[in-house]
Amino acid sequence: MFDLLGVPPQVLFGQLLLGLINGSFYALLSLGLAVIFGMLNVINFAHGALYMIGAFVAWLLLTKLGLGYWWALGLSPLIVGLLGVVLEKTMLSRLYKLDHLYGLLLTFGLALIMEGAFRHFYGVSGQPYPIPDALKGGQNLGFMFLPNYRGWVVVASLIVCFGTWFAIERTRLGAYLRAATENPVLVQAFGINVPVMITATYGFGVALAGLAGVLAAPIYQVSPLMGSNLIIVVFAVVVIGGMGSILGAIVTGLGLGLLEGLTKVFYPEASNIVVFVVMAIVLLIKPAGLFGRER
Amino acid sequence: MPDGATVKTAMLEIRDLQAFYGESHVLHGVNIDVRQGEVVTLLGRNGAGKTTTMRSIMGIVGKRNGSIRFQGKELIGMAQHRIPRLGIGYVPEERGIFSSLSVDENLMLPPVVKSGGMTVPQIYELFPNLQGRGTTQGTRLSGGEQQMLAIARILRTGADLILLDEPTEGLAPVIIEQIGVAVRKLKQRGFTIVLVEQNFRFAATIADRHYVMEEGHVVDMIPNDQLAQNMDKLHTYLGV
Repeated sequence: MFDLLGVPPQVLFGQLLLGLINGSFYALLSLGLAVIFGMLNVINFAHGALYMIGAFVAWLLLTKLGLGYWWALGLSPLIVGLLGVVLEKTMLSRLYKLDHLYGLLLTFGLALIMEGAFRHFYGVSGQPYPIPDALKGGQNLGFMFLPNYRGWVVVASLIVCFGTWFAIERTRLGAYLRAATENPVLVQAFGINVPVMITATYGFGVALAGLAGVLAAPIYQVSPLMGSNLIIVVFAVVVIGGMGSILGAIVTGLGLGLLEGLTKVFYPEASNIVVFVVMAIVLLIKPAGLFGRER
Repeated sequence: MPDGATVKTAMLEIRDLQAFYGESHVLHGVNIDVRQGEVVTLLGRNGAGKTTTMRSIMGIVGKRNGSIRFQGKELIGMAQHRIPRLGIGYVPEERGIFSSLSVDENLMLPPVVKSGGMTVPQIYELFPNLQGRGTTQGTRLSGGEQQMLAIARILRTGADLILLDEPTEGLAPVIIEQIGVAVRKLKQRGFTIVLVEQNFRFAATIADRHYVMEEGHVVDMIPNDQLAQNMDKLHTYLGV
């Protein structure tokens, strides 16, 4: 087989695939954060914990109720979304008139409570979650081996990301959302119930995190800390893409996943910090982010 | 005012309206009556409370009390998003064209609240400048076109009362003329219009009656056909 810059192609493509999978999770999670930030102006620090709960709900459905992966794929985002609706209605909605910092602190506190609770009951060692039968095995692509489940994660998250982008940028409901992001008072003065839209947006944003959690369960272990490990990188992705930018979140998420993969091949020592280096450079050159608009 | 108008049904009755932004008390007992099919202006200097009166009708001030009845229904205490659904369209002073929406999306944004609104072809007939601009970003239109779009999107909804806040502000005379023609056509179609204006020469060409506001309440009401006799008084009110 040919080598690329002294790197065997299996290694290169293997890392690129890993990068693409990480990027899929970055994209799904930062998309939810972007949607929530755009509409609520809240930096949702509970996002990682809700992703973790998404994975745990899948695991609990399987172990307690015997409901498998495909059930979890529908039910878990629904349950996490409803949890989000309750959190928004009972707590977050009281903070909109205050500084953004309060929303950040509240969601950060909620994340600590949720993670602490799961740690208390399930420990930190992590629970295994099996790959569904239909997605076991893999394809030999000639230049690399592609496990079916990993391929599915990439495809599913791409579909969800671009479906969300389409719904927001190209439909009437999305037009309401964009308009309410810009000028909620006027949208309300047209007769649209903006508080309900805000609640629904938060529910939808965290449901995306729940979905990411289900997709992640068979790849990573289902552990109370799985969210906090990921969320810091996801925040960097959101900053690089531009706060509140939908397309920015998707493209940057996938791009940075791939960049991390490439760094693992060519300069592994830097792979953990490359995202933050990019973030620093982007903030210096374009403070609003690659896809962000100056406010 | 011709006597015929007084027998028309009341569209909007504002009684002893008080409004507050936070701690500051902005309106001190505003009384205004608007009958169906009338064009009524609110005149007054900056800070007299004209815009706040409109925002109070829409329920978008901090706190308000007194009474605002629209077609007999009390608006004070009603949920904000229900007020426009009764048939009140609001065109804010800053126009409120959304930059993240195209011209078409801006036009189609306000939900239809009653049957009998204008169709899109009728709207293009009224504002030919908007035709063929559908995919343009809303805020890339000129100021005059944005004003036309802000009015146009309300006409679709079937609202029978339209609140126009300073539609001529900052526009060139030729555009003001076009807006005036459009407002007169809307009047002919039977819309009831409340208009905030600084420019009373413009207001005089379209209005039936003028309410003069000062320091948060109405100090005078001048029917348009008595405007000439009251010019001196009006000049004093407006400080022009």
